[in-house]
Amino acid sequence: MSQLQNFTKGFFKENPILVLVLGTCPTLATTSSALNGMGMGIATTFVLIGSNVVISLLSGVIPDKVRIPAFIVIIASFVTIVDLVMQAYVPSLYETLGIFIPLIVVNCIVLGRAEAFASKNSVLSSFIDGLGMGLGFTMALGIMGSFREMVGSGSIFGYKFISGDGILVFILAPGAFWVLGYLIAIINRLKRT
Amino acid sequence: MAKTESTFKNMVLSLTLISLGASASLGFVYELTKEPIALSALNKKLNAIREVVPEFNNNPDEEMFRLATGEGDSLDIFPAKKDGEIVGYAVNTYTNKGFSGYINLIAGFKPDGTIINISVLQQKETPGLGTKMADPGFKDQFIDKNPSEFQLKVRKDGGPVDAITAATISSRAFCDAVQRAYNTLEKGGLK
Repeated sequence: MSQLQNFTKGFFKENPILVLVLGTCPTLATTSSALNGMGMGIATTFVLIGSNVVISLLSGVIPDKVRIPAFIVIIASFVTIVDLVMQAYVPSLYETLGIFIPLIVVNCIVLGRAEAFASKNSVLSSFIDGLGMGLGFTMALGIMGSFREMVGSGSIFGYKFISGDGILVFILAPGAFWVLGYLIAIINRLKRT
Repeated sequence: MAKTESTFKNMVLSLTLISLGASASLGFVYELTKEPIALSALNKKLNAIREVVPEFNNNPDEEMFRLATGEGDSLDIFPAKKDGEIVGYAVNTYTNKGFSGYINLIAGFKPDGTIINISVLQQKETPGLGTKMADPGFKDQFIDKNPSEFQLKVRKDGGPVDAITAATISSRAFCDAVQRAYNTLEKGGLK
């Protein structure tokens, strides 16, 4: 597989949310506005790239039987770094995302890529895989967040374009399920043709 | 590269080394971000104080004192002074009754107890619903009201406060926090 395919597969063919349906918990919870969704996506992208690179570097020295705990320690370190950096430089975003930043540790995408890709491939491929997967995740979260924010609160990236409230249910939990469900349906339909 | 074998020695050694590396890098990042984190927290506090009291020219953070709430706790009070005269108190108050628990507000009171303004410091409410408590649409109804005659209760509980749509619990919690600030000032004989 060429590096370009390696990069683009994260967007459509193997999009972590829309096709692999991994990591739906933070997806449903953080996409109530476009900015939150994108912020979550970018934080996850950073963790994915970091953990993919380090795990692919260390894959030769980690014994098979303890690979999962080793991966988790590495992933947790990157998540804590992201957590501290966000707290220091983007405190407002850090507060809205709240608990979902530490919870990136248990996001299946990160461990999934470590196990399925980074531990078996070269450092460069793993870096590109992490970048592609992360941006694909960010894209899916961005689309969901924008749509839910537009319909649910009548604004986009915090700029209001209608006065008053939107259709509130879209920024509540049920709206998240609907939007995710329809997005997956659309992607499935597109893939069939 | 040949895989390291899963012998007991290898497993212990590799996990120890990885944990060591992880803790070293975390310690480094912690040192690096410690100051910016403290600074952004302080700035946020000072900005919030500025937002809720009239213009002052002392340093309220240095003159901060504590008053007991009467519930086994105490609140931080920041006196705002203009040329030595008290123009208002910023009270760092809280509630545990939010939809997701703890909410931290800062409320500004005139020396007679009238609410000047309120600013939300920390909350974990539902994005797009409870988080609207920080929007002017909700909190502006408290401005210039004196809790001695303006009951801090939402309409559902028989009070005059318009709750946020679909976030009555958050609205109630907001009232609770402001009430706590007012009660504390009153008890301290400051209003």
